[in-house]
Amino acid sequence: MIFYSISNTTIKGHSQRETAVGREMAGMTVSEMEEMARKCRIEICKMTHRAQAGHPGGSLSEIDILCGLYGHRLRVKSDDPDWNDRDRFILSKGHASPGMYAVLAEMGFISHEDLKSYRVKGGVCQGHVDMKWCPGVDFSAGSLGMGLSFGMGCAVAAKLDGSSRNAYVMVGDGEIQEGSVWEAAMAAAHHELGNLKLFVDCNRIQNDDFCEAQMRMFDIPSKWKSFGWAVKVIDGHDMSSIVESIDWMDSITDKPAVVIANTVKGKGVSFMEDNPAFHGAAPSDEQLAIALSELGVTV
Amino acid sequence: MSRMAATRDGYGDALLALADNDKVVVLEADLGKSTKSLHFRKAFPDRTISCGIGEQNMLLVAAGMASNGYIPFASTFAIFTERAFEQMRNGVARPNLAVHLCGSHGGTHTGTDGSSAQSIEDLAIYRTLPNVVVMHPCDDVSTKQLTMQLPNLGGPSYMRTARNKTPVLYDGKEDQIRIGKGVVLREGTDVAIIACGVLVHESLDAAEKLAEQGISVAVVDMHTIKPLDTELVDRLSKQCGAIVTAEDHSIIGGLGGAVSEHVVSSYPVPVEKIGVHDRFGESAGADEMLEMMGLKSHHISDAVKRVIARKA
Repeated sequence: MIFYSISNTTIKGHSQRETAVGREMAGMTVSEMEEMARKCRIEICKMTHRAQAGHPGGSLSEIDILCGLYGHRLRVKSDDPDWNDRDRFILSKGHASPGMYAVLAEMGFISHEDLKSYRVKGGVCQGHVDMKWCPGVDFSAGSLGMGLSFGMGCAVAAKLDGSSRNAYVMVGDGEIQEGSVWEAAMAAAHHELGNLKLFVDCNRIQNDDFCEAQMRMFDIPSKWKSFGWAVKVIDGHDMSSIVESIDWMDSITDKPAVVIANTVKGKGVSFMEDNPAFHGAAPSDEQLAIALSELGVTV
Repeated sequence: MSRMAATRDGYGDALLALADNDKVVVLEADLGKSTKSLHFRKAFPDRTISCGIGEQNMLLVAAGMASNGYIPFASTFAIFTERAFEQMRNGVARPNLAVHLCGSHGGTHTGTDGSSAQSIEDLAIYRTLPNVVVMHPCDDVSTKQLTMQLPNLGGPSYMRTARNKTPVLYDGKEDQIRIGKGVVLREGTDVAIIACGVLVHESLDAAEKLAEQGISVAVVDMHTIKPLDTELVDRLSKQCGAIVTAEDHSIIGGLGGAVSEHVVSSYPVPVEKIGVHDRFGESAGADEMLEMMGLKSHHISDAVKRVIARKA
């Protein structure tokens, strides 16, 4: 019984999903996932160019990991995005939404037509990923430092349900400067959440500048280890290493596991690589043409 | 003499009573003994999640659980919920996840712990959040009743409870309590006092003394501050032509703010606000604090006379 109702301020956007082709389960090959990542990079450049806003740098740094996770492992159903026993994926660095939207389109949760709605009024592709707007999004992001706690809640719920589903979270390296990340890190280890898996996208650049200049984080793997997590460091652009690290994560069942992925901000587009200017700036018409050419788009 | 009890005990009782619903879970930030969630923890340790002294994490763990179909009840001191305000805003209210946050030890009535523990702004800040229901009940019975209705709400809520005991008003009158509906405890025609929390009883005392002086005062327990029972406020505005609000909270943005905002745009009548006048408290006994802050029944009586003088 509802005693009264209050207006719900958010309404899920209307996806053009009928045109999309859904994938039921993961299980792609490394070369297939590499090709998916290339296509996603193209979409990231196009989306931010079309919107003349957004965050291409962090989308390009995370994209190989997202493709590896969705292509190799994540148990989700694009034709049933709210399936209760799905694995959860929480993009805590929610500004890197173009990367996630590109993957969701590849996986059939939304259509490629939907990608044109990025930052457009009424579109499923809100500026930051939003569970109330976009099918396949499990967390409404936008404020850094929140996703790991939310993922912990998903992991606790899965355990209470007696389910084998996992909660996967991605944070940026700059993001772990938020103190609340460490509240979650401590709590997840205390509760021995073996079903909580974290990627740290270490692209070494944050909004204003290089992390080294803004806030040195020193030995990131040691920090997680000392908080009681299982830790692995990988090259976040090597798909075989990504796949191996996901399998490694899944083998850890008695404590939370974190993969520290060394990445390059803007990876795949020469003038964006390692360039703080492309944390939150869109490519111009000329820059888009160069980017697409570098990504193998033939005119 | 009526029975005395603290509203936080009503919260603790309600959690136990809700335990039959296996989706109900409790989250604590090392203050379960104080907020009274400890009874649930003792009986249902597997459904109680200790978040340590980490309120920001607690709010979002609750949000994650709510997104997975659970009904989380998270509690700490009212003041400490405030450090997780953005988590409540962006992680709970914005996606409209049914997390139920309880802030105990609200108001200056908290007493000797001093100003750091006396939240006087919680009702105001949570009232600004879309989707969030805001409550501040006056006794343990109504606290229990309101809490037990929360699993059916379908959206997030904030409830302030108080540390210290106050007279119980609703023994045997449990069915009068409904989220979003104010309770008319006493009818009157000259002035309506709209109160919440520990000041409900002070308002009843004031009304009784004023009656002896020939002044007819209605008293309402407005336990739900948002959504405000505007139908009732309008009726009282027309019936009495003047309103006094009373709360152990800043006069900025709480019940007085909510009532004033509504009245000016609906049926304008003079309003006097009893509350904390833009200052912090200090260490003193609960009753001493009410006296110091101008929240006792005699202060309310004075406000009634002031508002009568302002009637056209």
